[in-house]
Amino acid sequence: MTQISFVQLIDFYTFYDMFYSIFQNLGFEKSSAWMSYIAAGGSLSFLAINLLVLATAFYTWFERRTIARFQVRRGPNRNGPFGLGQPFADVIKLIMKEDTIPSEADKPVFTIAPIALLAPTLLIITVIPIDDSSFLATLNIGILFIVGITSVNSIAIFMAGWGSRNKYAILGSMRGAAMLISYEIPMALGITSVLLIAGSLAMSEIVAKQEIWFIAVMPMGFFVFMASATAEMSRTPFDQIEAESELGSGYNTEFSGIKFAILFLAEFMAPIVTSAVVTTLFLGGSQGFNFLPGQFWFVLKMFVVIFALLWIRSTWPRLRVDQIMGFAWKILMELGFVNIFLIAVEIAILMDPVTGILTSQDMLIMAGINWVFTIITLVFLANFLGKRNYDRPDPVPSPLANMQPKGE
Amino acid sequence: MYGLGLIKGLGITMKNLVIPNRQFNIYQYPNKRATPWDLAKINSSKTLPFIAKNPITTFKSLVGLVNVEERLPQHPNFRGEEFAWYDNRCTGCASCAKYCPLGIIKIVTGTSGVNSQEGQSYDLEVFDIDIGRCMFCGLCVEACPYDALHMGSGFEEAQYQRSNLVIDINKLKSAEKKPSTWFRPQLVQQGHDPITGDTADWKKVGRHEKPSLDDQSERWAKR
Repeated sequence: MTQISFVQLIDFYTFYDMFYSIFQNLGFEKSSAWMSYIAAGGSLSFLAINLLVLATAFYTWFERRTIARFQVRRGPNRNGPFGLGQPFADVIKLIMKEDTIPSEADKPVFTIAPIALLAPTLLIITVIPIDDSSFLATLNIGILFIVGITSVNSIAIFMAGWGSRNKYAILGSMRGAAMLISYEIPMALGITSVLLIAGSLAMSEIVAKQEIWFIAVMPMGFFVFMASATAEMSRTPFDQIEAESELGSGYNTEFSGIKFAILFLAEFMAPIVTSAVVTTLFLGGSQGFNFLPGQFWFVLKMFVVIFALLWIRSTWPRLRVDQIMGFAWKILMELGFVNIFLIAVEIAILMDPVTGILTSQDMLIMAGINWVFTIITLVFLANFLGKRNYDRPDPVPSPLANMQPKGE
Repeated sequence: MYGLGLIKGLGITMKNLVIPNRQFNIYQYPNKRATPWDLAKINSSKTLPFIAKNPITTFKSLVGLVNVEERLPQHPNFRGEEFAWYDNRCTGCASCAKYCPLGIIKIVTGTSGVNSQEGQSYDLEVFDIDIGRCMFCGLCVEACPYDALHMGSGFEEAQYQRSNLVIDINKLKSAEKKPSTWFRPQLVQQGHDPITGDTADWKKVGRHEKPSLDDQSERWAKR
């Protein structure tokens, strides 16, 4: 392997060794172990958080420009070359603004909510294997950690709505909590289908098992996961939480200044992190051709996923509340269960019972079956749902409609 | 076959992204797509030499890639900021302040040396218009019996502080007089257009001349 690798730059133990030798030379004999542990962790978290925040800043610019082009508009183009100064101008404006707290608000909850929303998003990126190692922790239960951490989001959004004591905010956050909790189930089902083939909860193991990318092996799992992940980060077509046309701005109606900046940051950081997770689970992580380092391929795949999300966001309209909940419980969950069942059966038949290894040939067979299954199911579902007659109540005429001048 | 509409929509948006011609059909303030003729006019040279000198720019502008910053066409009736107020016509009757639905015009008057029957004149000590709250309805202009107050023609008068948005009497006096033709048929008749940079002095803007003191004494005192 002549692969160029920047692994050493972000590996925790490289940092640890570096700090250890430094502290040893400074004369801390025994305590240099824990001191270097803290120093390495701190510096790596600093690096990770700042990288992510900077990436988010540029992502906001990219999103606004790209969606504008999709929708035949222009987007920010005044501030700096191609409007590249816009994210920084936005951030400076938000920080300089007055940070108001409504007098009726539940102040501790109101204050903690933005942090509670941002923290899980930041935590997820630490366990994602960018190339062979991850930023901070190479957990052996990485994907379980992610599933656990993301469910904090619903609490944070509910805190934001409840704390601000505003009816639009509470409506948005109630909807949001219901939606986020519902969509966690299909998301977990989508992940489970990956785990069945990978046979491990560790993210690096999952990447290593993808001789054929899992998006090719099980498109249905990918569909279920992507749909529910889009809902989890509450983007169009599932942006019930801040349905601008219905709720003002939803859960962040009362937030301003730095608090709103943090909410905004968390909201725009979610697609980046989600695309990283999708890349790891379904797109083969850092796998690629050897002439460039793995990080490059990882970022490229992330970029493709982000672009696909933007494409969907700029095109499709928002679903109604009942449609969203029905989609989660009536369709996605069933699809997830059927998908898991199918893959389990395939594995039971194809896997070598003694060694427990799935060869790439087996995976190709699975891919063939799953693609046929996926296409037939989706076409059937689309036609079935499209032809269904909705029971709509007859519109009740307004009493004002019958008021006519006398004599007519 | 249901569900194809979603894919069709995705195709349309992707076309928007990829095909450049769809992007540049938009006319967006303050940019305007410029033809080679416009460019030549801007660079104050004749068209053919300009095209000969800058073939690349000409080609770009023909394709539609060159944008020039330009204001949108503006009607002379546009009710803009910076009220045009004529000290010579104003009598301090405060009709504008009374008619203002928001109550943002503040007038304080004192006794004046010149005092006559028609159009009694007071000394204006304070004349403040709080433009930050103004909605540019133009009722003050309609109410003015002596055609002393006119809507302005400017916009983009953003300020860093709210207090800077209050126009006081000195600003009103010293401002360049570019009255809008809103509710001023006499200005329309004269073909006045503030956007081209026409200023109008106090004699031009009234429906009638302000009567001289002799006229007034003839009409009122020796009646």
